[in-house]
Amino acid sequence: MEATFTLSVNGRQHLVTTDPQRPLLDVLREDLQLTGTKYGCGEARCGACSVLVDGKRVFSCRTPIENAADKTILTIEGLVDGDKLHPVQEAFLAENAFQCAYCTSGMIMAAIALLADKPHPSDAEIVAGMNRNICRCCSYPKITSAIRRAADAPVVAGRS
Amino acid sequence: MSNGQWLLDGFSLAAIPDPVALAYDEPVDLVDFHFHLSRRQFVHTLGAGLVIAVAHGQLLAQEEGGERKGGRNRGGGGFFGGGPISYAARLHIGKDGAITVFTGKVEGGQGARAELTQAAAEELRVPLDHINLVMADTALVPNDGITAGSGTTPRTVPAVRQGAAAARNLLISLASKTWNVDPSEVEVRDGKVVHTASNREQTYADLAAAEDAATVFQQTVPSGVTLTPVKQWKIMGVATPRPNRRDLVTGAHQYPSDIVRPGMLHGKILRPPSFGLNSKPAKLKSVDVSAAKAMDGVVVVQDGDFVGVAAPTTYLANQAIEAITPTAQWEHPDHPSSSKLFEHLEKTARGGVPENPFADELSTAAKTVKQAYHVPYVQHCPMEPRAAVAEWKDDKLTVWTATQGPFAVRGELARALRISEDNIRVITPDFGGGFGGKHSGESAVEAAKLAQAAGKTVSLRWTRAEEFTWAYFRPAGLIMAEATLDADGTITSWHFVNINSGNQSLEPHYKVGKAKTQFIAADAPLRHGSYRALASTANTFAAENFMDELAVAAGRDPLEFRLAHLQNPRLRAVLEEAAKQFDWTNRRNNNRDNTGVGIACGTDKGSVVAACAEIEIDPKSKEISVRKVCEVFEAGAVVNPENLRTQVMGAIIMGLGPALREEMKFEDGQMQNAAFSKYFVPRFDDVPELDIHLLDRPLPVRSPSDSPSAGAGETPIIAIAPAIANAVFHATGQRIREMPIRLAASA
Repeated sequence: MEATFTLSVNGRQHLVTTDPQRPLLDVLREDLQLTGTKYGCGEARCGACSVLVDGKRVFSCRTPIENAADKTILTIEGLVDGDKLHPVQEAFLAENAFQCAYCTSGMIMAAIALLADKPHPSDAEIVAGMNRNICRCCSYPKITSAIRRAADAPVVAGRS
Repeated sequence: MSNGQWLLDGFSLAAIPDPVALAYDEPVDLVDFHFHLSRRQFVHTLGAGLVIAVAHGQLLAQEEGGERKGGRNRGGGGFFGGGPISYAARLHIGKDGAITVFTGKVEGGQGARAELTQAAAEELRVPLDHINLVMADTALVPNDGITAGSGTTPRTVPAVRQGAAAARNLLISLASKTWNVDPSEVEVRDGKVVHTASNREQTYADLAAAEDAATVFQQTVPSGVTLTPVKQWKIMGVATPRPNRRDLVTGAHQYPSDIVRPGMLHGKILRPPSFGLNSKPAKLKSVDVSAAKAMDGVVVVQDGDFVGVAAPTTYLANQAIEAITPTAQWEHPDHPSSSKLFEHLEKTARGGVPENPFADELSTAAKTVKQAYHVPYVQHCPMEPRAAVAEWKDDKLTVWTATQGPFAVRGELARALRISEDNIRVITPDFGGGFGGKHSGESAVEAAKLAQAAGKTVSLRWTRAEEFTWAYFRPAGLIMAEATLDADGTITSWHFVNINSGNQSLEPHYKVGKAKTQFIAADAPLRHGSYRALASTANTFAAENFMDELAVAAGRDPLEFRLAHLQNPRLRAVLEEAAKQFDWTNRRNNNRDNTGVGIACGTDKGSVVAACAEIEIDPKSKEISVRKVCEVFEAGAVVNPENLRTQVMGAIIMGLGPALREEMKFEDGQMQNAAFSKYFVPRFDDVPELDIHLLDRPLPVRSPSDSPSAGAGETPIIAIAPAIANAVFHATGQRIREMPIRLAASA
């Protein structure tokens, strides 16, 4: 049976009436037209669907909407501040840390969660923190460089 | 398939397979759609046929601005695209000075957008940001052929450069005529034509706005226009990031999966539980769709074996399919399992496995080595699974879809739906990875069928499991090699047979005396098609693994043995450089326990590669870890060093997957590992230390309009698996002749 949920996404409140089991990913993409978050596998194994819920990375493809209700959700679209990019976005640009870039939204969200937890991660901590995200173009070394660059940037936390 | 000339040549032009003239194709098994034709459609089809004859060019105008006039001189299509085109088909200079360049190539992450923008900017003598590149919209762009076979750099870059250089010449001639000066006195810089002597200048925009400009731009671009020589490149040859990169990090870029249209529904197809005969989906015997029909808002489409639904949400579409799945009855013919794959390929090889024709060599050789190699099916698994949005308006169809061949998909749609290609527009936004896996248009046809029946726009996005099962695969291969050595350890004959996986890089890249290579088709249990470098990986894996065995038989070091048989100077150069950078001899002679080093080289599509790998083996689990890869790559003049390095890096890491872990497993017609939780692609923790060297050596050109560069997106993948297998042999003395390369755990 459908129910109505209050979602706080990128600082805006939305009322969504839908099946409680429907994935957060579908609601973001189909109801709120926030298509920056991607479907990659549907089993929380590739990280393309990563968003932050109360500051923690979740796999939105496996998160029922009822579990996200009344929580603070941040997606890739919520990172820019006017024209200003988030430092992690800037770092991905500076390192050209993508090829097809379909995984990039999820990589950036996972990186923000990692840096919030470990502001100056070692290479091993970057690998451990990012290993649930897949890049089939295999830009991994450049993504790692981008995360290092973001960690060294003066302001890392951004709006996360 | 003889290898004659290849081996005889030194560094002559003939030694470089001409990437422009190459008779090359990558056949892909297409899905046969058998839709029934309603009487209403039948009448419309006839009508559309008449339209072709009388009104070619009157097309869709659904998007803002509609179709561009004069932009459809697109020729016959196929792998290499259409014939000559007009200036106006290739580029447009607006009255505001904005330059728009049109290409049929697609961007799937390989870097075509940056490279083709560089090509146009270089020849038009304008900064990169003056160029707006429109890609892969069949209503707007010329057909530059499918984006495959490393063809963009050697073929489309020169085509765009020719169009831009010819346009530049045209603008010079227009200005010099106006000023009544000799064209040789006129210069071009920063989007202006300048006559320094008289201190006069005109912008491209002014010139293009002139009345006669529009007429001359309808002329055909002449062939053989002189292109800017490599030494004078200012924009090409320079690291250039992706022009639309900002939208990629903000989530603003709309991939085919992200297209949203007013009133759009979400589609889902009923898939068979298993494979049927001849690598096709199993046939549907019966299904009761009433449960789906009863669901509010759900449209059900049934046409023969095709059963699908469209609903306001993906969630509801999934529920509708789940509701009817238990009612579906499918045929379930015998299907060979992956555990018996290579016996099956050998048994079904067309005409049988051929005999070695060099019986005289076999009887007189000092040594003979004969081995077989196995390469299983693997999946491309691009991050973005197949996706399409289909929209009908007045019997005209627009499809946004992820494909490497938008013009080919337009043809697929026309055949399946039995409408004229002139009533179809295929648009391919920059999409989420292809790797050779998206030559076809399954999702486009399915979405178009659903949308037609539903009377609404439909978005159809395949799931990962669908992509892993119903997309096509890199073909499995059984490769048999036999060679003879004389008393000096020189190869005197070479017989090399590839069953099922393809003929790319089939010819030996060494001097091997008498040689015969054969590709033989077999009854393939899975649908197959292209993949990054396609069979070059399988053939190079076998040949380079085999060369190591021959080196052992000859009692020689693997590097020295290779160099002794290697004539191609480009290949020698990369191999020697890789050995030097890796410190091959020292590392090989001072090896630690449970580690090993291996070397391999190869060539494909006019580029050359060599790789050295260092591996480590866990003494208990026997798991193989790649510690370091040193790769040297050369593809002629480097167009975009940043992108080339990224492509080489990506190819090496991607290649680790099939080298160490990836293989599709199927049993009783069912895929056993159609998920990232069961099929293990490379991740962050698989990345070895990488030492990549790019040699920037322009290829000799046949004419001033020729390409000094070969394509580069594929070949860097082919040497990695054999280098690892050879390193495993060095570490353990065990020769692994199959991919993925694995060792049995200690008891």
